[in-house]
Amino acid sequence: MDPVVRFRAAVCLLGRFPALAGVDLDVNAGEIVLLQGPNGAGKTTLLRACAGLVKVAQGEASVLGVNLVDDPKAVRPLVGLLGHATGLYDDLSVSENIRFWTRAGGASLTDADNAMARLGLDGRLASVPVARLSAGQRRRSALAVLLARRPRLWLLDEPHAALDQAGRDLVDSLMVDAVNAGATVLFASHELDRAQEVADRSVHVVGGTTQPSGNVGHTSEAVEVD
Amino acid sequence: MTNTTLRSVISDARLVAGKDLRLEWRSRVTLNQLLPFALLVLVLFAFALDPDRSVLKDATPGLFWLAVLFSTLLAIQRAFAVETVDGIIDALRISGLDPAGIFLGKAAGIALHLLVVEAALLVGVTVMYGASPSGLLLVVATSIAATAGLAAAGAVYGVLAAGLRVRDTLLPILWLPVVAPLLIGATQAFGSAYEKSSGAGWRWCGLLGAFAVLYTAIGFVAFEPLLEES
Repeated sequence: MDPVVRFRAAVCLLGRFPALAGVDLDVNAGEIVLLQGPNGAGKTTLLRACAGLVKVAQGEASVLGVNLVDDPKAVRPLVGLLGHATGLYDDLSVSENIRFWTRAGGASLTDADNAMARLGLDGRLASVPVARLSAGQRRRSALAVLLARRPRLWLLDEPHAALDQAGRDLVDSLMVDAVNAGATVLFASHELDRAQEVADRSVHVVGGTTQPSGNVGHTSEAVEVD
Repeated sequence: MTNTTLRSVISDARLVAGKDLRLEWRSRVTLNQLLPFALLVLVLFAFALDPDRSVLKDATPGLFWLAVLFSTLLAIQRAFAVETVDGIIDALRISGLDPAGIFLGKAAGIALHLLVVEAALLVGVTVMYGASPSGLLLVVATSIAATAGLAAAGAVYGVLAAGLRVRDTLLPILWLPVVAPLLIGATQAFGSAYEKSSGAGWRWCGLLGAFAVLYTAIGFVAFEPLLEES
């Protein structure tokens, strides 16, 4: 079976700067892969390239069978990206935001409602404008959008950031559940202890290139959530 | 464009326009800022030209559309300001929404805001300038055609400027020359409507319709690459 993510000597330029300078990466279906590395190493650019948001200027790159060099836009409906920003409208409520982005992705409102319930956003928070949320609540809302859209590849950039203990446990369980449902997860994190618990393996990103780090502790079937 | 694609574009446009109207309902920017600004422009014109109503009455069509033009700039800036914060542009790119649908939705949202402003301005010029149109049908048709053109061009230039740090100052420089034909056509058509000689006015109105179609067609083609670069 072809890997879900396959990069060979992939180069991505931000202006003239090679943010990725020859990345080799394979991620197989059903894997949870951790990208680790120092700030500015290229983790975010790699995730954005996988989402078809950054052009691959040289080398080979495919995600879910889509050639990113030829047609990066074709992969976008198939993946879900949670970056540093949440992509939510401040003046809309949590429910309105999640429903808008869910419908935009072609999923049903039932998916949106289920995702809100899973993230604990179906109570009084549902009608609160996003502008009034804490950073952690915004993060939960963005995760609900991702969950509702049910992407085949989850791309998460620091998914534990701004979340409390329960929220971090929930993120871990969402990743495991996504994989159990047939998706694949590629995520970047600086919280190595926690991230290595949930990841099947990790890949070091240093200076725009990748170095495999081998297997790490894996949590297979389930992560307990309070 | 196939029927399925067209249906998808229209469905996406409705979703985006609905979201923009909901944002307006929550933030009240049109009600609290755009309407007062438009009416303030009318008042300032009155101060600048003459308290003598005859001058104002004669100049009503041009002043009306200048006030609309200035208000449109604010509406465009607002429409795209909400899309440029907190990673929303990326979310739009990755959302699965058809870029043509996003364009139509943004243009429709801007157009609805403008129609509200124009209705208020019509009341304003009647009360402040003492000018009332005799050809009401021509006024309505001209407003719709010109608004469609202004909104379509606004959506194109709004997304073009969205990714620029200097967008607030650059947008007027880019957009105003492009919509100059709409200003001329709408002023001429309104002039006819206010002078009880609507024959020439309908020809100008037809020209406005042609420009609206042209700008919409350009938006269909250009919005996607502009969204990618913003």
